[in-house]
Amino acid sequence: MDLFHNLIYGFSVALSFQNALYCFIGCLLGTLIGVLPGIGPLATIAMLLPVTFTLPPVAALIMLAGIYYGAQYGGSTTAILVNLPGETSSVITCVDGYQMARQGRAGAALAIAAIGSFFAGTMCTMIIAMFGPVIAEIAFEFRAPEYFSLMLMGLVAAAVLAQGDMSKSLAMVSLGLLFGVVGTDVSTGVERFSFGITELSDGIGFVVIGVGVFAVGEIISNLGELQERLVQSSKVVHLFPTKEDLKQSIGPIVRGTLLGAFFGVLPGTGPAIASFASYMVEKKVAKDPSQFGHGAIQGVAGPESANNADAQCKFIPMLTLGIPASGTMAMMLGALIIQGITPGPQVMVNNRDLFWGLIASMWVGNLMLLVLNLPLVGLWVSLLKVPYRLLFPAIMVFSSIGIYSVNTSSMELNLAALFGALGFIWMKLGCPAAPMLLGFVLGPMLEENLRRTLLISRGDPSVFITRPISLAFVIATILILLTMAVPAVRKRQRRITG
Amino acid sequence: MKVEFRRNQDFWAGLMFFVIGAAAVLIARDYPFGRLLRMGSGYFPTVLGGILVLFGIYIMVRGLRRNEKVQADWSIRALILLPLVMVLFGVLMDRAGFIPALAVLAFGSAAASSEFKWGEVLLLTAFMTALSVAVFILGLGLPYPLVKGF
Repeated sequence: MDLFHNLIYGFSVALSFQNALYCFIGCLLGTLIGVLPGIGPLATIAMLLPVTFTLPPVAALIMLAGIYYGAQYGGSTTAILVNLPGETSSVITCVDGYQMARQGRAGAALAIAAIGSFFAGTMCTMIIAMFGPVIAEIAFEFRAPEYFSLMLMGLVAAAVLAQGDMSKSLAMVSLGLLFGVVGTDVSTGVERFSFGITELSDGIGFVVIGVGVFAVGEIISNLGELQERLVQSSKVVHLFPTKEDLKQSIGPIVRGTLLGAFFGVLPGTGPAIASFASYMVEKKVAKDPSQFGHGAIQGVAGPESANNADAQCKFIPMLTLGIPASGTMAMMLGALIIQGITPGPQVMVNNRDLFWGLIASMWVGNLMLLVLNLPLVGLWVSLLKVPYRLLFPAIMVFSSIGIYSVNTSSMELNLAALFGALGFIWMKLGCPAAPMLLGFVLGPMLEENLRRTLLISRGDPSVFITRPISLAFVIATILILLTMAVPAVRKRQRRITG
Repeated sequence: MKVEFRRNQDFWAGLMFFVIGAAAVLIARDYPFGRLLRMGSGYFPTVLGGILVLFGIYIMVRGLRRNEKVQADWSIRALILLPLVMVLFGVLMDRAGFIPALAVLAFGSAAASSEFKWGEVLLLTAFMTALSVAVFILGLGLPYPLVKGF
């Protein structure tokens, strides 16, 4: 069995001392920032990118991935204990999780959330291991036109399916593509939009945009909406759920995992959507829906499994096709590119240790989180007592040192400061920044493939619809646009007439 | 219907897209445009700029009809201070060394909060500076001088 050979090889990579250590560090950091509201995995990964330059690619990606799914765990802990979602994906967990905690069942809620997440993590590791190679196999047939259409579809889908305004999201994608143009044009050697700044001739750095928009911009915004946090933790007793609890949770965990895996591979849908969907489903199928909102364990088990499954399956399009399905994945893709790895299906062949090591490390990491999280609950909750006014200067310090250390250049700090201000203004204007990041990361590849396609086809753009796979992507893109545009039109008409 | 420009969310968002798009098109005129067969370096940015201009106009016009407001909780103090201390940090790193740059960065950042307290912030500044020296200079071995002569 190829699958088992590959998985065993993956585990041998993931369990090497160095990789296991970075997996642990990643999970620990992830839980930490998951617990703390106001700092998410995206900003953390951006902040840590400069540190990962010094690591081998496998260790770097394993650590960054650990931060990503560790944050999902951390977010649920505070949602249950103090009614504070550390991440948006845990918002729905607050509803029943906190009620359970108030009834003295905090331990059971935490345990079920952890078990559900672990189950989802295990299933998704299997899903990636099974379907990853199949998708990559198909993708090996892709040439420039297919890649162009695929990226176009990914970008449009990410913008359209993301929460918020569709036209602004699409405009932000275009803006990101434009930011990606900055620097020396690889095909002609012309410097574009560099305004005579030498640092810009290599393009705008991932770290600059990532830290600027998602760390600094976020802090400015957080400082605007001051809210005192009242932390009143419930005591955690009886860590183990009862037999009845477990019996009630099996169904929601399985359904949540499936839902999360489905939403996971769709671009633009964050883990929050998966967990909301799971909550709705559980409420529908429950024998006694009136329990929901008053401490129904199904309301914790389902969504928590769903958000973890979603987070992990987001890796499928990123690893096999080189298409990021979310802002965080765009950051991961950036980390790959910085490490000198060309994203796409060839990663599985050329960087076999990276692909299988990363997949196996996710399972290892999930196990670590299960063991790590429950005993340390008290520590995580006490961290919440650190006020934000002490926390954000630390984020500023680490971000700034990180940016400066990339090229020992103060110009990059100026750019990051500019992007920080821009990030805040975008937030105020309701322009989502994640689609911009996707456009920025994919921009250079999109242009390259467009040029190559038209060069090969002698300037005939009809290749995009005469090659069947490319045509399928084009049709899918149009369908996505239509299905999302039509309800918007209807809604507006109703508003005008009504 | 009275339209208020000053806090019209879509109007300003549209205007931003329009201005950036138009600037991109104008600047890209200096780059060879090429043909569809062999695209010059100006082709892609010109098309993108054009798309942004169109989105900008659409969003602006829609803003005039919908008139959605920008939320009022602007943190002007943080918006000015945080980018400023980042720039200052860069200048001081080049000219004065790691410790002075960090002290200014940590202090200036903390000052962006409206819950500013002198004693606490000075303590935090000292702590962050010491921690960063320990982590980045002693731990990771970054080659920056702690203090430089002017």
